Amino acid sequence: MLSIKDLCVSIEGKEILNGINLEIKAGEVHAIMGPNGSGKSTLANVLAGKEGYEITAGEVTYLGEDLLDQAPEDRARKGIFLSFQYPVEIPGVPMVNFMKTAVNEHRKFRGEKPLTAGEFLKLMREKKKLVELDTELTNRSVNEGFSGGEKKKNEIFQMALLEPRLSILDETDSGLDIDALKIVAHGVNVLKSADTSTIVVTHYQRLLDYIVPDRVHVLYKGRIVRSAGKELALELEEKGYEWIKKENADQP
Amino acid sequence: MTIPGVVIDHTLRLADHFRENEMVFSQYSPALLNRRREKALSDFMRQGIPGRKNENYKYTNLQPSFARDLAWLHRRESTEFRLTDVFKCDVPQLETHLMLMLNGWFYSFQPKNEKLPEGMLAGSLEQISREHPELVDACYGTLADTAGDPLAALNTLFASDGYVIRIPSGTVLNHPIQIINILQTQESSSITQRNLVIVEPGAEVRLIVCDHTLNLNHYLSNSVTEVFVGEGAAVDFYTVQNQHNHTTSVHSAYFHLNRDSRLTTQTITLHGGLVRNNLTVVLDGENSEANLYGMSFMDKRQHVDNFLRVEHNKPHCRSNQHFKNVLDDESSGAFSGRIHVKRDAQKSNAYQRNNNLLLTDKALMQTKPQLIIEADDVKCSHGATIGQINEEALFYLRTRGIEESQARLMLMNAFSYEVVRQIGIAPLRDRISELVDKRLRGDMARCHECAYHCDC
Repeated sequence: MLSIKDLCVSIEGKEILNGINLEIKAGEVHAIMGPNGSGKSTLANVLAGKEGYEITAGEVTYLGEDLLDQAPEDRARKGIFLSFQYPVEIPGVPMVNFMKTAVNEHRKFRGEKPLTAGEFLKLMREKKKLVELDTELTNRSVNEGFSGGEKKKNEIFQMALLEPRLSILDETDSGLDIDALKIVAHGVNVLKSADTSTIVVTHYQRLLDYIVPDRVHVLYKGRIVRSAGKELALELEEKGYEWIKKENADQP
Repeated sequence: MTIPGVVIDHTLRLADHFRENEMVFSQYSPALLNRRREKALSDFMRQGIPGRKNENYKYTNLQPSFARDLAWLHRRESTEFRLTDVFKCDVPQLETHLMLMLNGWFYSFQPKNEKLPEGMLAGSLEQISREHPELVDACYGTLADTAGDPLAALNTLFASDGYVIRIPSGTVLNHPIQIINILQTQESSSITQRNLVIVEPGAEVRLIVCDHTLNLNHYLSNSVTEVFVGEGAAVDFYTVQNQHNHTTSVHSAYFHLNRDSRLTTQTITLHGGLVRNNLTVVLDGENSEANLYGMSFMDKRQHVDNFLRVEHNKPHCRSNQHFKNVLDDESSGAFSGRIHVKRDAQKSNAYQRNNNLLLTDKALMQTKPQLIIEADDVKCSHGATIGQINEEALFYLRTRGIEESQARLMLMNAFSYEVVRQIGIAPLRDRISELVDKRLRGDMARCHECAYHCDC
């Protein structure tokens, strides 16, 4: 589904990603772990199409197409979803209008008729249950006045509405208490299928107890320095990132 | 008309023009208007047409607008058409008492099927000045300070007509009064309109003022409105400005609030060449409250300047100003908001916010908050922002599959909505939201059927 080859990315001349290689097949869950500043969020943002990053080398193909020259909205319609580490508050844009527009843009792309207001509200009610999102919140502006946990639930709620093929969860566990974490993880697991893939970007192993990865990669200084099965996450939890740093001390 | 090498003093030219037409005024205008002209003339001559040297007009140079050779309408013209055939307000479900003004002159008043309260007046300044001279004389010119503003002086100098509205004590008018100001003259013209609104104690009224141009002539419109809000009275004053790019429009509104009264104003500028709005509010009775909102959308080389002055004269009063501008292309805007809390006005609450969205590098905004506080127990705050579209928010919307242009539109609408949602009349609010959306899409934001009559 997704193939990243020798990806190098810099911001204002500073190299952040330094030759990433990653293959993700349909149905797989990959975790990307690593210490702060290792480039995890950059990778997530680059895949979603955020501007301001310079791709200095390498390529990314998604469903057999070159991904990097596509606009964020085109990537989204083709099934890429980024759950933000810090979801943006947008006062004045009502949640309902926002998601109705988004869902109908996806439908238009697939050649389907737009949902009527009634049909959309029905769909929304159904998906809200999945993440136990308070009805009052969907009557507000996008993320406005949401707590940290509500914002993250709202991300998964949007994911449920848009039914992506490749979900990238950027630090979805940060700022969540254990109950909210379980709800969010449950949502992600329900939405998973043999046709969809998930990239879980996280600093901690905790989330991976609930969203069990097929592969775990450790990102350090812009490179994947280690890849293994889910046991790697436990090892990291136990030993911290120091040994990774030591092992790679000679890296530039 | 400008002749190279010859500097024409347009202030003197206007004074000459008055002297030449003095006979017309003394013959056709009510005496109480004529009595005020001499002082207005000397006040105007002393201040002159404001240029950049006038601190209050620093960001809006009116001299080029006055340099144009324009016709004047000092006498009521007989209209050759039925205005109602040309103009229909098509806002659905907006049920209003309708007043039409043509080129600054009162044209007609059509009450809604509501029995008008006894003692209510809605009509021409010229006529009501003759019928109720004591009423008009007691108010006229008491708020619009000719010594303090050259445009108010100029208006008082040339005023012949406008509207007068009086809402008698304790009367709550169910339907709003909609005042439609239409500019449509044979040749490019200078327009003067003078209005008076008297809301007596305990009365409530909502006014919707719509400014339109119906052809492409150049207009220089200078209007003054004095509004008296009696004890315990409530006034909503909505202004929707929708004029073409060849229009210079200066509107000065003065509000005087008595104790326990409440005022809300909304100034929505959708379109206009050069727009200057002077809003002066005097909180002159305890526990009175003024909320002043404004929203403008400018593009090409349009210019808007909202100039606000709020005076807290008495204790326990509240004022709140919130003005926003969206500036595209090479348009420019200015905001100046002065809050003056007088020595005795303890326990005042005064707030001010001005937020601006610049869509291009060439758009320009000048904002100037000013607080003068002489009392020691007050709460005041002000804040101004000038910025671009929030790129983080834009990216967020796009990652959900929303087209960039659509996402920008959503964010601009959101920016405006904070002000638009304050409009208390639902059909008007819906229509304004729709017009704002059209305006932001780059479509012509016409709110009437005059599209068939002109391409402005």
